[in-house]
Amino acid sequence: MTGASTLAWMTLLLPLASAAVITLGTLKNHRLSANLSIGAILGAFVCSLLLFLSASSGESNLTWIAIGDFNATIGVKLDRLSALMLLVVTGVGTLIHWYSQGYMEGDRSYARYFASLSLFSFSMLGIVLATNLMQMFIFWELVGVSSYLLIGFWHERPAAADACKKAFITNRLGDFGFLIGIIMVWAAAGSLNFGLLAKAMQEQPELLGASAGIIGLLLFCGAMGKSAQFPLHVWLPDAMEGPTPVSALIHAATMVAAGVFMLCRIFFLLSPDALSIIAWIGGGTALMAAVIALQQDDIKRILAYSTLSQLGYMVMAVGLHAPGAAMFHLTTHAFFKAMLFLGAGSVIHALHHEQNIWKMGGLKEKMPLTYRTFLYGTLALCGVPPLSGFFSKDGILAAAADSHHGNPVLFGIGILAAVLTTLYMGRLVLVAFHGAHRSEQASHAKESPSVMTVPLWILLVPTLVAGFFPVEHMINQTLGLHHASGHAAAPLAMAFSVLALMIGGSVAWSYYAGAGTDPLTQRFSGLSTLLCNRLWLDEIFSGMIAITHEAVSKLAGWMDQKILRGAIMGLLQHGVDILGRGLRLVQSGSIQTYAFLFVVGVALVIYIVLGGKH
Amino acid sequence: MIGLEHYLIVSALLFSLGMMGVILRRNLIVIYMGLELMLNAANLALVAFSRFNNSMDGQVMVFFVITVAAAEVAVGLALIVALYRKRQSTEVEDLTSLKL
Repeated sequence: MTGASTLAWMTLLLPLASAAVITLGTLKNHRLSANLSIGAILGAFVCSLLLFLSASSGESNLTWIAIGDFNATIGVKLDRLSALMLLVVTGVGTLIHWYSQGYMEGDRSYARYFASLSLFSFSMLGIVLATNLMQMFIFWELVGVSSYLLIGFWHERPAAADACKKAFITNRLGDFGFLIGIIMVWAAAGSLNFGLLAKAMQEQPELLGASAGIIGLLLFCGAMGKSAQFPLHVWLPDAMEGPTPVSALIHAATMVAAGVFMLCRIFFLLSPDALSIIAWIGGGTALMAAVIALQQDDIKRILAYSTLSQLGYMVMAVGLHAPGAAMFHLTTHAFFKAMLFLGAGSVIHALHHEQNIWKMGGLKEKMPLTYRTFLYGTLALCGVPPLSGFFSKDGILAAAADSHHGNPVLFGIGILAAVLTTLYMGRLVLVAFHGAHRSEQASHAKESPSVMTVPLWILLVPTLVAGFFPVEHMINQTLGLHHASGHAAAPLAMAFSVLALMIGGSVAWSYYAGAGTDPLTQRFSGLSTLLCNRLWLDEIFSGMIAITHEAVSKLAGWMDQKILRGAIMGLLQHGVDILGRGLRLVQSGSIQTYAFLFVVGVALVIYIVLGGKH
Repeated sequence: MIGLEHYLIVSALLFSLGMMGVILRRNLIVIYMGLELMLNAANLALVAFSRFNNSMDGQVMVFFVITVAAAEVAVGLALIVALYRKRQSTEVEDLTSLKL
């Protein structure tokens, strides 16, 4: 264990060291900073690979703060779940660090970019290796901060500055629930360590008592923020204002997967009621995001909504008692979605930051390498057999069709979302890469340099073959779920998903092959406007915030005006005034009145002193 | 047999009379007379205590009171004369200018 835990500590601390060295020392030296950052993540990747292959398990803890009988510990927990996630984070991370060298070439804050990227890797690895909820929460927030830094990397653009604030605040909303959930777990169980909690729950399933459902949902709030589930999904599409490699790393492959990972980690704490609500939220998000993706024109936004939709699938899988399927889809999705984003980045780079797909077209011949990898990524995302996405999506659909934990309505939603996935991805590929050039830039596009295309080729390998690894079985075993749902329903799910693929594919082909403008916009203009504006959810939310804000301000104003200034200050002022007026009457100026009062006073004193004696 | 109580009752009556004079009469000179009456009522009580307790303390105190009263009358009457010169009145109703 000691060798393994040293490796795990190294995995965690290498990126932190790189972030610190770059920030404190080498900000001026761009080349060296990039190399440091890439070296650190590569080292972490090698460590993770060794850890994954050695299949070691266990944990090592350091006490960070001890208050009474409460110990806040920072540690590393190794099991199949964290090893797999480590591999995904550092593997995809290494490629994206590499790719960033080319994409960020010439940016004046090149070194700061790599420092933030390293900080992000450190935070993310901290979540993955966390031994307890407290540590997870700390790194959870660190991920939020580094994501904020990276989304707002081009902070001189107002849109990026707004997007990073929006992402951070929306995440904080979810984290607030997460924190309350953690505190309630501690109050109920007296421990936050995953291992101890799991053991306690096994010995005493009713440990969390009547509030188990509420605790589950509060913990899910954290995942809702990070994994962008409805209604906290609004930050993710805006987060595309960050540099494209960041979108690939954070907002497709790793950070947004943190929520799903966390749900798998704490799966034993989630009660059946909480799980069913989680499943519905996941399914709803999957469908809603897929529908919105149909009418987006920005290549990155389409991918962002696609990510939302796939995250919805994963969350739904957790809700359907199939965390193994969720982790499986998370792994395969991380590879092909990172590849799609990097492909999109390559296109955007070639077109001098043009992101509208209707101004692309015909890139198939101009950028053959990017096109081919993008196409495979799309096919994997749509679930074409035998690419990786087919197997993982099938696992989730099978869980939904399961007779015990499944739900036919959610299965239907899953199939419908799969149809829509094929439709919007088909639209994206057909419009952006096929047909005629629709703009000056598109006709002059050149293939990106090899520093950007090599990571695409490397990512293509897991995209093609990751589906053959028994990830689902492995995770279910680690989590102690020996009767995972879905195996009986697998053929049914497979048949339906192939059917969905064919329907979506043929509709996309008939609408978008060679289309110069969007036929959907003309045919269903009302629906299209609704979707273009993302169901007006952003507007509704800001309206709601405005109304709440107004109401709270009015209440505060009323308190200040009426209660503080009115009642309290008024009472004080008028009370003193009336008292003064009263006392003025005594001051008559007549010496005899004074004498009389004096006598009365003396008589009173005498009565008080002597009166009691009889 | 005349006892201490009788002296004290006379003293209390004199004191009350003087006090009524101070409170009720309008003329400053009469008020002054009331004040003197109160002082002498106190003197009577002190002398009576001295006599009945076989102690000289009361009589010593009376001498002090007489001395202070003489000085007070001198100052007070001088004030009244000065006031009369200024206001042509010794009635207290006319002397309420210190009212707020």
